[in-house]
Amino acid sequence: MSAPGRAPGAEAPARRRGGASARATSARLAPYGFLAPTAALFALFFALPIGYALYLSVRKVQIVGLGLGPDGREEVWAGLANYRRALTDSELLAGALRVLGYGAIVVPVMLGLALFFALLLDDERVRGRRFGRLTIFLPYAVPGVIAALLWGFLYLPSVSPLTDALEAVGLPAPDLLDGAPLFGALANIAIWGGTGFNMIVIYTALRAIPAEVHEAARLDGCTPLQTALRIKIPMVLPSLVLTFFFSIIATLQVFNEPTTLRPLTNSLSTTWSPLMKVYEDAFTGGDIHAAAATAVVIALVTLVLSFGFLRLATARDRREENAR
Amino acid sequence: MSTASPLNTVDAASPANARPASEGGGARRPRRFAPLPTAALLLGALYCLLPVAWVAIAATKAGDELFSTFTFAPGSGLWENVSDLHGYRDGIYWRWMVNSALYAGLGALLSCAVSALGGYALALYRFPGRETIFNVLLAGVLMPPVILAVPQYLLLAEVDLTDSRLAVLLPVLLSPYGIYLARIYAAAAVPADVVEAARMDGSGEWRIFRSIALPMMLPGLVTVFLFQFVAIWNNFLLPYIMLSDDEKFPLTLGLFTLLNQGSTTPALYTLVITGALLAVLPLIALFLLVQRFWSLDLLSGAVKS
Repeated sequence: MSAPGRAPGAEAPARRRGGASARATSARLAPYGFLAPTAALFALFFALPIGYALYLSVRKVQIVGLGLGPDGREEVWAGLANYRRALTDSELLAGALRVLGYGAIVVPVMLGLALFFALLLDDERVRGRRFGRLTIFLPYAVPGVIAALLWGFLYLPSVSPLTDALEAVGLPAPDLLDGAPLFGALANIAIWGGTGFNMIVIYTALRAIPAEVHEAARLDGCTPLQTALRIKIPMVLPSLVLTFFFSIIATLQVFNEPTTLRPLTNSLSTTWSPLMKVYEDAFTGGDIHAAAATAVVIALVTLVLSFGFLRLATARDRREENAR
Repeated sequence: MSTASPLNTVDAASPANARPASEGGGARRPRRFAPLPTAALLLGALYCLLPVAWVAIAATKAGDELFSTFTFAPGSGLWENVSDLHGYRDGIYWRWMVNSALYAGLGALLSCAVSALGGYALALYRFPGRETIFNVLLAGVLMPPVILAVPQYLLLAEVDLTDSRLAVLLPVLLSPYGIYLARIYAAAAVPADVVEAARMDGSGEWRIFRSIALPMMLPGLVTVFLFQFVAIWNNFLLPYIMLSDDEKFPLTLGLFTLLNQGSTTPALYTLVITGALLAVLPLIALFLLVQRFWSLDLLSGAVKS
């Protein structure tokens, strides 16, 4: 493991000796050698932890006798008790609803903007496209924690330019870090950080549209707007599906931004999002079994959503293919 | 690409039907200037620059100027802020930066090597279990990191590896997305008949990979490297869970703890802001430097033919 690139090489000298049949054997075995580091890492850092989480989720700690000393607690089988507790936990449900509300802002706005900017980048009549592309992609290089930190300061009433602007026209400034605006404030951080990446994915798909298609549209007298709506958008639908898919997954896992904003406001609890609750249960509450059950539930929801969505997307693809 | 992967929707943007960037211009329709869309694009660019511009300005403000002067009015304390940051706990900030560079640099390099090997095997060999392996790897993308991180922490605690540099390095070495990209590059850049010819000439499999396939895959691997570098540099959750000794913190975690302490000691806020600026600058510089060599298109799996 300390030298993952070495594994296949170790077998090489033995291979070179033989004739044709030895070469065929080595060609047959080689891919497994090349995949050995991947397999080892997967087993150790994906499969094992997942298995361990499943195991922990059906165990609990029981107090023995007075519960004193090292023998005072033992781990026993808990069945589905941890899951029952997780699914009926009102804080977890509230967290899920908060994330749903947050996602309802982030996903449509971010992808809408990403598509809009990608279409602008693909339009020759727009100047400064190179500059726009680099600049809008720039936030991708800024860690989520630092993005949250920068915006967090910009939301503080004593720093925010919005406060200055509103006060100048005599309006009361809203507290961006409380109540409903807080959702917008958090969503804005994710939108700022994620639009550029999605824009690039969509823009790449736009550039893959054959030139003849554009030519045909132009000859048919399509305006740029019509070309965008009727040709470009339908043709990049697969990459929109892809970006949608990844945005949903990222949204379900929101953790960094609300965690970073916490020092700046009292309105963010330590269990604001479900993942924050997992962290809280595991490391502050010390209840790793509850944390494991909650984690498994979140993983299942993610998987069900992902595969349900993929099925839907591929079913649509197939219908279209059949229609052709 | 005839994979049954959930991600092969990207293939719409794959090489065969891509028109070269250079001719994407005037041939299509007469060049005119569209002021409104241009303004919209610039507005978007402005929005993306806003926090970066702010932090650059705010880092020049002295402690008492931060909350009193206009948001975008430069202050007078840049040098003082930097030297305060430098002096803070014997320059621990620089240690964080070195840690971040180490985790991201070494992690991305090793991860890139693992991805190259895996992607090459998946692209150029036909063997039993190929699609299964690929699909299981892709399912790994869907696993929320915290689901993995909590048991990873507990397991590493069993072998006394928590709060060590290895604890933040080892779990990031396997990147399903990196393998996915490497597979696409290998399939597009390494012709199967070249590999076959080398095999006929008696080259060993490892030699074929090292001296023939690897150089061909290199441009794509640069993207895998940069992608992983950014992902590890930006990582917060894993070090947050694994590390407690702040000598080993990466920048993200260090700044977070600094911000956390700032809620009781507001004097630290200027340090946080200056630190944030200095943390953002290297990556922005890196981006501007490599964007010449790094086709952003590759990020989404498109390959130029």
